[in-house]
Amino acid sequence: MNMLNIALPKGRLGEKVYDMFEKAGFACPSIKENNRKLIFENEACGVRYFWVKPSDVAIYVERGAADIGVAGKDILLEYAPDVYELYDLDIGKCRMAVAAKADFCDDPRRTLKVATKFSNIAKNYYDSLGRDIDIIHLNGSIEIAPILGLSDVIVDIVETGTTLKENNLTVVETIVPISARLIANKANFKFKNTQIEQIVQSIAAQTGGKK
Amino acid sequence: MMTPQDTVLKKEEKVIFALRSLYARYGYSQYKMSKFEEYDLYVQSKDFLLSDSVITFTDRNGKLMALKPDVTLSILKNGKDAPGCVQKVYYNENVYRVSGGTHMFKEIMQVGLECIGDIDAYCLYEVLRLAAGSLATISERYVLDVSHLGILSAVLDSLSVPESSRKAIVKCISEKNMHELATLSAAAGVGAEGTELLKQLVSLYGKPEDVLPRLRDLLGGKIDSALLDEFGNVLGAFSGSEFYDKLRVDFSVVHDIGYYNGIVFKGFIEGIPSGVLSGGQYDKLLQKMGRKAGAIGFAVYLDLLERLGETEAPYDADILLLYANDTDLHTLSEAVQSLAADGSSVMAQKEIPEKVRYKKLMKLTKGGVETV
Repeated sequence: MNMLNIALPKGRLGEKVYDMFEKAGFACPSIKENNRKLIFENEACGVRYFWVKPSDVAIYVERGAADIGVAGKDILLEYAPDVYELYDLDIGKCRMAVAAKADFCDDPRRTLKVATKFSNIAKNYYDSLGRDIDIIHLNGSIEIAPILGLSDVIVDIVETGTTLKENNLTVVETIVPISARLIANKANFKFKNTQIEQIVQSIAAQTGGKK
Repeated sequence: MMTPQDTVLKKEEKVIFALRSLYARYGYSQYKMSKFEEYDLYVQSKDFLLSDSVITFTDRNGKLMALKPDVTLSILKNGKDAPGCVQKVYYNENVYRVSGGTHMFKEIMQVGLECIGDIDAYCLYEVLRLAAGSLATISERYVLDVSHLGILSAVLDSLSVPESSRKAIVKCISEKNMHELATLSAAAGVGAEGTELLKQLVSLYGKPEDVLPRLRDLLGGKIDSALLDEFGNVLGAFSGSEFYDKLRVDFSVVHDIGYYNGIVFKGFIEGIPSGVLSGGQYDKLLQKMGRKAGAIGFAVYLDLLERLGETEAPYDADILLLYANDTDLHTLSEAVQSLAADGSSVMAQKEIPEKVRYKKLMKLTKGGVETV
């Protein structure tokens, strides 16, 4: 049987998404066992799940190792993988925003120093405004960059805003809302179309049909 | 018994031979070109190229040259318009592009064809048929997705979608991204009914016999019926052929609408994660180059065929024949010839090399060839 390969993001979001797939008729009970396995298979349902780092899901799908997967819109915007974006799951919601110290005032005569993990999103956003920027690519603890004078602003994901608040930062501008998206490999979509459409239709029904 | 062609040639090499003979059977002649072109050629049509980056160097006469990132522009540059005639050529060339995944330059071997001139329905059908035939040459398990950019553009015109929003909307269509398509079209001033029309157009996917009637129901009276007729006629001409079952109508196949105007298509092979064939009608590119002709063509990306999981030969040689430093050259040569006479591959070595896989180990001694 032609197995459907699904890449799930490790963590709470992935577990929530698995429940949606289970309801769509692609159950794999062994995935709920508490162990360190990363690949789970249910031949009867013709499905194979694997847990991967959330930022890697798009790569697995683009390269065809997974037929479908669930990735945040932030990752899709940053890496622009060549995949179908089939459905907005409307979960894992947050926003990509520009944040700065509360007393920040943008001086257009100076190059704006932007610290971020999302260099492409920051570049595209400021290109659209015609603003000259200097991107400082960081891999974590972005919030401290403006406090230490490393950057003027940061571009990062904001969920509740608590981390920003605790570091005396405020949101200056929202760039784009973010949520989890169901993505599919373009070639495998053709050859496993029935199974993939079944999942999309079922998830649409589960989430109120917002397609 | 397997011929040397079966065992020695790689999948891509066998495919090249088969495709060249397929195209030649339809009267396409081979077009050979230089590896380099003047960089100017690409500056004028930069958006037509699949990647922005081009490898450039300065020639000894001071001209800025490029390693060709594309074949079509080189062919168009040299052609002449002849009303009523069609130039039919195929090529087998290397191009140099940045690969999407690695962001590094890559040498990509392409086989493809171009049909340039007075393009009529038969030309469209023939090129589409050769595209399907090319895929069938590679594998039985293929799909050829076909769309019509003239229809898509006419729908966008009928909904008065402003030019500034088209690029983003077309990108959503190419991703089958309905949720953002709805948001963007609403922001572009398209009403709820128009947005629904776009969503339905993108969600159409399937065999021509299922999709074409639904397409007529959806767009009849809303756009120029000649476009629907052209699309229906070309796809309908496949009815009853071996390829008909492999065609899928899919409006998410979009190439740059600044260059392509009519039928566009993309071919997929099961087991290869991205499209292996891409093509379409690009009359607008010719107009931009000042030519009064139409054109349609496609390219097959042979580098992707490596991924087809061809079973690797389990042995480097059937027989590994060991000989000594003082072995007579004539005796050794005769021993190799006689062992290879039944079609076996024979590797002659003085010592057993590391990592060499062989079926049988033999040794040439003074008494003759012995199995070890």
